[in-house]
Amino acid sequence: MSIPIDLTTIWAFIIAFAVFVYVVMDGFDLGLGILFPVFPQKADRDVIMNTVAPVWDGNETWLVLGGGGMMAAFPLAYAVLMPALYTPMIAMLLGLVFRGVAFEFRWRTQKARNKWDLAFAGGSLVATLAQGIALGAILQGIHVEGRQYAGGWWDWLTPFSVLTGIALVIGYALLGATWLVMKTEGELRDRAYHLSWILLVAMLCAIGAVSIATPFLAVQYTQRWFAWPNIILTAPVPIAVAAVTALLLRALSNKNDHQPFFLTLALFALSYAGLGISMYPYIVPQSITIWQAAAPANSQIFMLFGVSILVPLILGYTAWAYWVFRGKVRPGHGYH
Amino acid sequence: MFEGWDAVVLARAQFAFTMSFHIVFPAFSIGLASYLAVLEALWLATKREVYINLFNYWLKIFAVAFGMGVVSGIVMSYQFGTNWSSFADKTGPVIGPMMAYEVLTAFFLEAGFLGVMLFGLSRVGPRLHFLATLMVAIGTLISAFWILSANSWMQTPTGHAVNADGQFVAADWLKVIFNPSFPYRLVHMVLAAYLTTSLVVGAVGAWHLLRDQHLAGPRVMFSMAMWMATLVAPIQILAGDQHGLNTLEHQPAKVMAMEGHYQSHKDGAPLILFGWPDQAEAKVKYAIEVPKLSSLILKHSLDAPLAGLDTVPRENWPPVPITFWSFRIMVGLGFLILGLGLLSLLMRWRGMMYQSPLLHRFAVLMGPAGFIAVLAGWITTETGRQPFTVYGLLRTTDSVSPLAAPAVGSSLIAFIIVYFAVFTAGVIYILRLMAQPPHPGEQGPPSDLPARAAGITPAAGAAVEGAR
Repeated sequence: MSIPIDLTTIWAFIIAFAVFVYVVMDGFDLGLGILFPVFPQKADRDVIMNTVAPVWDGNETWLVLGGGGMMAAFPLAYAVLMPALYTPMIAMLLGLVFRGVAFEFRWRTQKARNKWDLAFAGGSLVATLAQGIALGAILQGIHVEGRQYAGGWWDWLTPFSVLTGIALVIGYALLGATWLVMKTEGELRDRAYHLSWILLVAMLCAIGAVSIATPFLAVQYTQRWFAWPNIILTAPVPIAVAAVTALLLRALSNKNDHQPFFLTLALFALSYAGLGISMYPYIVPQSITIWQAAAPANSQIFMLFGVSILVPLILGYTAWAYWVFRGKVRPGHGYH
Repeated sequence: MFEGWDAVVLARAQFAFTMSFHIVFPAFSIGLASYLAVLEALWLATKREVYINLFNYWLKIFAVAFGMGVVSGIVMSYQFGTNWSSFADKTGPVIGPMMAYEVLTAFFLEAGFLGVMLFGLSRVGPRLHFLATLMVAIGTLISAFWILSANSWMQTPTGHAVNADGQFVAADWLKVIFNPSFPYRLVHMVLAAYLTTSLVVGAVGAWHLLRDQHLAGPRVMFSMAMWMATLVAPIQILAGDQHGLNTLEHQPAKVMAMEGHYQSHKDGAPLILFGWPDQAEAKVKYAIEVPKLSSLILKHSLDAPLAGLDTVPRENWPPVPITFWSFRIMVGLGFLILGLGLLSLLMRWRGMMYQSPLLHRFAVLMGPAGFIAVLAGWITTETGRQPFTVYGLLRTTDSVSPLAAPAVGSSLIAFIIVYFAVFTAGVIYILRLMAQPPHPGEQGPPSDLPARAAGITPAAGAAVEGAR
């Protein structure tokens, strides 16, 4: 490891980027599903669905890129993590099936609309919990022998993974609430403001709890965060969290419709950076580093060529699609 | 609960189940996306209302089918990791980049422009909207390109090497992507998708013509669909024949299974039309055969010798009964589709295109034929590849995850329950949309007005449904 930035490190950043884009983009629309029970009125739910109906497909595609990209760039990590996270992964997929079809189905039926609303809310909640639990399970370490997962069927389920699961539910719900603040008007927006306050407090508690618990999982995490001189590099993260939180509180008090969503994204970015600091250079914590898991250079080069041309293009037309559907969504007026 | 079942069998069952559900949606959306692009282009060119009317009608059906294709596809992409992790580890460096390119070049294109296609006509205007429709259609075709390339590499692997960790590594990407069976498979699948869609469109048109021969929309869709079937069915049969010859060259055991040839024939092999392949006794019971025809088809000579499975080690035999029968279903349906196309041509020639209840009933019956043929064809090619995941190189039994049978069994049951619930509902909603002829309530904007009045959204559909 004489060269600090090699092909494998670049790929670690690309996969991390894809997963992060997934988290923030599907995060807010999963959050809307989680918030569905708080909005029992049909008219409100119609508006909520309409704020994301044109873009959710693209949001979820980042999950396929994260998974597919990992199989391509880090096949060993993919082969070890997926069986280790078997149950949460299956639960996530089934949750996504329900909520994905709910986008189309609930408009096509009067009688079964409540069932599809439930499918949307339940599917979103299950998928989010599963993602959060999977994250916790990865952080706490995975038992590997040879090139295979060697742990038990229930290893993923611990108090810590449940904590990260709940934390992610709160986080996505906050993203959803601040998204609604930005995209809706009137009473619906006022209630979204109210929810944002509650969820922000809950999210800060969750970030705090996960941050306190993480260093106890492994010596490596403790050293990474608190040992001299690492602390010079890691200290800015909690300081930035405090600063963004202050800005977010101010934006909510001033009733600024746009800032809360983007500041929540910033909170997510900081938490995500914190995870990266904890894990690097492991892709399967304590077992497999990114270099051990890496695909051969010619696979990485072949894909890098495509990624460097196509990802900017994708971000471009995705931004265009969001721009086309910019602005507030009104009841019965939205895109119809 | 799963004693006697091993994890391999259950993982295969799960893959077969989820894949069987998934494959019908892409087959439909590839064809339908192109059809929608054609309809919108015709509308832009002629400004005839019937085209935008049909576009809006099929757009709603497309949206439901596409949604189901997306969610079942996400399941597929993660299944390589959950149930087939050894496969993922070993083939990831080769298959992974191809699937990543599918996501980058196809999925994002489809998903990114789908929102504009479904909801955006009033926001971007007809021309930019047509661009979005075109992008979605192109996306579905690019997706077919990559996934069939990856699948074909598993069937006829070339251009690879094996590294110290036992992983397949690309030695020559062009040879990996354009492997020997890929062109045949791609052409066969895309034509199958177009035929499948034309049969559905034709059946819906025929269904409404049986009630009222004068409906403009059903007339246009029926006529277009029958042209498609007439022109593409013969090409597809030819493409299938060429694909078969390619398979004989690269995967002879698969062809032996398709033909039911347990025994070798020194001077001219018969074509077994029907029969009951008995894997244990290694012969086809109750066979009805045409002497020497198999040699004629496969070798273009009546007396050409043809090797049978007796030349292949027993542990490398594909499961003959499934391959044998699914192949016959596919071919049989192919000829029925050809028959439908020819009958429609005859009726068209006699000016009876919209007045023949016989033709219309036949077309309605053939509505699901494309789906069944696609499914049967997929079963033929995938079971014919057994007992390997990468033909001749990686066994299916060496591809699975280190999972216990109960884990795979439980998830299989969960998938069965969820898929039946979700996809039954989806099919009901699609059939309900199809049961209505295209009517003025879902017409698009008149060509001389600003595009604001477009009523193409799901809400409009629900409102119409509610008003009824």
